[in-house]
Amino acid sequence: MKPFAYERARDVDHALSLAAANPGARFLAGGTNLLDLMKLEIEQPSQVIDVGRLPLAEISETPSGGLRIGALATNTAVASDPRVRSRYPILARAILAGGSVQLRNKASVGGNLMQRTRCPYFMDSAKPCNKRLPGSGCSAMEGLAMTFALFGASEMCVAVSPSDMSVALAALDGLAETVRADGSVSRRPVETLHRLPGEAPQVDTDLAPDELILAVELPPPPEGGQAWRKVRARASYTGAIASVAVAGGQVALGAVAARPWRARAAEEALASGASPFEAAASELAHAAGEEGRKALVRRLAADVIREAREGMGS
Amino acid sequence: MSTVRDWAEPNPVTENRTGLIGKPVDRYEGRLKVTGTAPYAYEVETPSAPLYGHIVSSTIARGRITAIDTKAAESAPGVVLAWSHLNVPEQAARGARINPRSQRGANPALASDRVEHYGQSVAFILADTPENARAAGSLVRVAYAEEPADLDFLASLAKAGPAPGEEDARVGDFEAGYSASEVTVDGTWFSPLQNHAQMEPCATTAWWEGDKVVVHTSIQMVKGGQHALAETLGLPSDRVRLFTRYIGGGFGGKGQSYDDLTLAALASRASGRPVRVAYTRQQMFQATIHRPAVQMRVRLGADRTGRLNAMAIEAVTHCARNAPFVEHAANFARNLYAAPHRLTGHRLVRLDIPHAGAMRAPGEAPGMLSLECAMDELAETLGLDPIELRIRNEPEVDPDNGKPFSVRQLVRCMREGAQQFGWDRRNPVPGAVRDGRWYVGMGMATAIRGNFLLPAKAGLRVTGDGLATLTQGMTDIGTGTYTILAQITGETLGLTLDKVRVELGDSDMPPAPGSGGQFGAATAGSAAFETGMVMRRRLAELAAGDPASPLYGEDPTLMDFANGNIVLGNRSASLAALAGRAGPEGVYVEGSISPAADARDWSQHTYGAHFAEVGVDSVTGEVRLRRMFGVFAAGRILNAKLAKSQITGGMIWGVGAALTEANPVDPRFGSFLHQDLGGYLAPVHADIVNLDAVLLDEADDKANPMGIKGVGELGICGAGAAIANAVYNACGVRLRDYPLTPDKVLAALEAKGL
Ligand SMILES: Cc1cc2nc3c(=O)[nH]c(=O)nc-3n(C[C@H](O)[C@H](O)[C@H](O)COP(=O)(O)OP(=O)(O)OC[C@H]3O[C@@H](n4cnc5c(N)ncnc54)[C@H](O)[C@@H]3O)c2cc1C
Ligand code: SF4
Repeated sequence: MKPFAYERARDVDHALSLAAANPGARFLAGGTNLLDLMKLEIEQPSQVIDVGRLPLAEISETPSGGLRIGALATNTAVASDPRVRSRYPILARAILAGGSVQLRNKASVGGNLMQRTRCPYFMDSAKPCNKRLPGSGCSAMEGLAMTFALFGASEMCVAVSPSDMSVALAALDGLAETVRADGSVSRRPVETLHRLPGEAPQVDTDLAPDELILAVELPPPPEGGQAWRKVRARASYTGAIASVAVAGGQVALGAVAARPWRARAAEEALASGASPFEAAASELAHAAGEEGRKALVRRLAADVIREAREGMGS
Repeated sequence: MSTVRDWAEPNPVTENRTGLIGKPVDRYEGRLKVTGTAPYAYEVETPSAPLYGHIVSSTIARGRITAIDTKAAESAPGVVLAWSHLNVPEQAARGARINPRSQRGANPALASDRVEHYGQSVAFILADTPENARAAGSLVRVAYAEEPADLDFLASLAKAGPAPGEEDARVGDFEAGYSASEVTVDGTWFSPLQNHAQMEPCATTAWWEGDKVVVHTSIQMVKGGQHALAETLGLPSDRVRLFTRYIGGGFGGKGQSYDDLTLAALASRASGRPVRVAYTRQQMFQATIHRPAVQMRVRLGADRTGRLNAMAIEAVTHCARNAPFVEHAANFARNLYAAPHRLTGHRLVRLDIPHAGAMRAPGEAPGMLSLECAMDELAETLGLDPIELRIRNEPEVDPDNGKPFSVRQLVRCMREGAQQFGWDRRNPVPGAVRDGRWYVGMGMATAIRGNFLLPAKAGLRVTGDGLATLTQGMTDIGTGTYTILAQITGETLGLTLDKVRVELGDSDMPPAPGSGGQFGAATAGSAAFETGMVMRRRLAELAAGDPASPLYGEDPTLMDFANGNIVLGNRSASLAALAGRAGPEGVYVEGSISPAADARDWSQHTYGAHFAEVGVDSVTGEVRLRRMFGVFAAGRILNAKLAKSQITGGMIWGVGAALTEANPVDPRFGSFLHQDLGGYLAPVHADIVNLDAVLLDEADDKANPMGIKGVGELGICGAGAAIANAVYNACGVRLRDYPLTPDKVLAALEAKGL
């Protein structure tokens, strides 16, 4: 681990001004991703700004009938919130499918959104990786790991977002609210919070270094059933090979792109009366990559859409 | 030398006189472990403040270090010294031995500019904190001249050669027998490279006391580690004192020492301070041994009644170019089923990857994943129940050598297992049972694993406070050795467990071979038993010869031991009083065990039968275990709880082998894909629902004086095959390429149009 300075933020403004003064700084929330990466010297911040004690953990009703979830609410708190469980069950399910109890007790909403890819070559500083060391090449492209992007990848990077929570948030039209040191507040859809790799896979999001996520806002749940499923080789404590979140007519796919992937083609097909299988197939028609993975996502998406429609809950 | 007949005499353990034997008592050291107060090697208290070492690993597979620059590391914060092959203190050459009785040769670190595998140590940093050592490590600059390397096992199969010093075992004429068989199975199975994935990494704390080095390290064999370090440092063995008291998992991976041991000792000598060195999690994967991949071609030929006529297992496996090791995946078959025409053997590919080595049940663990599935295929072809097929092939004597079995309850394991599991509810037609979107199926397989007894010693002291303290240069790698040794000692001396102490893991103690090959309990336990019996005789003689004793003048051979007393009729003498009068140190004896002269006149194995029910997700190809049950026969059981924990732990390893565990070598780099426990998928709690095992009543009087056998490895043998057979029964997909991950299962389902 590289030596670094540590500062505990007194309040949001303090956190923002520290970050604005030092572009090499990183916010620290639960630390379950940042600290691991620092030990491996994949993240090498010169300063760590601890935002973990800021009063941003509240979960509250919005005037429009949605829910506002503070960026520092723990994954456990969100998944066990009765309003989340009754109105956004796929969000609770998605969170509970991630990590372990210990991790979820530590992990925050903001940190979960901003966690970095688990591409094994990104995690190994001895290997070429454009995301970690721009221009060094992509070891994954010809590599052994299998969970690579089917959508939105580039010649530079094929990594996927590992966040389960964000897949449900994207299906629910969640918005991430951020604030910068100059006081500007913006609201971005969770769906597009992360950039596609393009020519610059090293840049995960459009967030400025001094931009802090304050909360995620959910509109009232859409009409219709919700369903969630995650595919993985072992039953717990491992990332998705693929996941699907469905809320009414809204469908998001996980572990298939550098961001939670809203399956717009599938949604349109469903809206015009296609069967779940036809809808899934129409989305996968745009996918690039290995046939087996496409077949998995097609089958899974079709089945989860069907399940949501049949109102079997999630 | 004793014979097995000497072991048949009834004794306190076989008669279980006070009832301690078999009792599911809690772990002797359990409280220390769950409260985090058991000092593991990296945590032991040091005589003064320690320094911390960090090892820098190579990032190429094969070649030469042309330049190495440690200057930046040397001037980094807190750094005390930085070593590479250019300036590491002198060590003996690899394999050198100066002590005539050394069990291991020298194992020098940073010995030359040669790189023989990815992850090999190339530099070492000593600093004031572990963080500073690691940070400085990343400042070391290494230039290599890379050389061509063989890294891809399956692409190198053409280079396979004979296993050194071995020939194929041939009985009859396999080819003729196979082609004359009415029914045949011919398939090729693949078991991938796997890692031990112990919780505790390899770690050492070292300091010097004059010209003697004291090391606390995490190793399964006390003498092996002591001797390896003595040879490396060029010292007589008695100038190395090695402790290994608590070990957070070994599984064979800590059967040898690694560079943490050598470098901690060297760095402590150089710095004059205690030194701690631990492998990182990544180094545990890249720089210790692994179970090699094995490709197995199995051919079975039978008549229509299911009697095997021909059987072959031809295994190809790999090892490091300069460290021969053979994963004997075919050997178990020689003792399991009889067929007049047989062929079993191994071929070896030399690769430029880290060393292959022993991992829990080496041989059987991958080997049974092939034959026990081939038997399932044969049963299906014949329209026979898989259990019935095996019963029809149950041999009268060991098929390998014609020796009688000491005891073989394999058929009983299958029958009792079938009954308790509900095997009769299995629908033999694949794909016939559904539960929602899940295909549900059942499978079974047998288990066999050898039983061994090695020479060992122990020491035992009874003191005036009535305590008995057993001392042995033995290890407890988390299996329960402390506990069973306490039970044996308690039973031989008629003491309750609160009066028994056990001290292990010290090279100054009477030696035992350590933990491995499921010989630990039988070997160390038998030595403890013999030592207890020596103590019994000594104390009885003391009681008879001591005028102050109530048993003065009586016949010592008639005396019994119970509740801390020596008893004869209605008179008794307390052990405490006898030991107190014998002197301030009490009474100390040593005892030993060695294999009986005729022990190998019998075929000695442990046996079992596994039953598994799985669900296969018809949408995604995910396989989930629904329940698993096994019945095992492994001699007299010393502690019902610990034995079951070993057995079920082994079964869980089988679940991992069948469904998730594999570490592919990246042929571009020579490194493993997975380097942490998040990526290398050993089963977690959620994978293991409703898994249980039963141990049959058994005593093997040919095994050792207590009639006990090993349980540490039996549980994994065949376990994965039961799961693969259940997957087939569930969905009709025969996959021979382990592990059965969702991608493979789904591809097979799609290929069937499902
Ligand atoms: C073994 C393991 C298994 C896991 N399995 C899963 C899984 O199956 N599914 C899954 O979804 N996740 C999984 N995770 C990831 C886990 O969910 C994340 O590590 C966690 O959510 C991160 O939250 P944190 O608060 O600890 O973030 P931190 O580690 O504190 O921060 C992560 C990143 O987010 C930034 N950040 C934090 N808060 C904010 C904020 N408010 N505004 C802007 N930036 C911020 C930090 O600067 C840092 O870059 C796993 C993790 C581990 C270690
Ligand atoms: S896929 Fe992306 S993260 Fe993975 S190695 Fe390639 S560039 Fe790096």
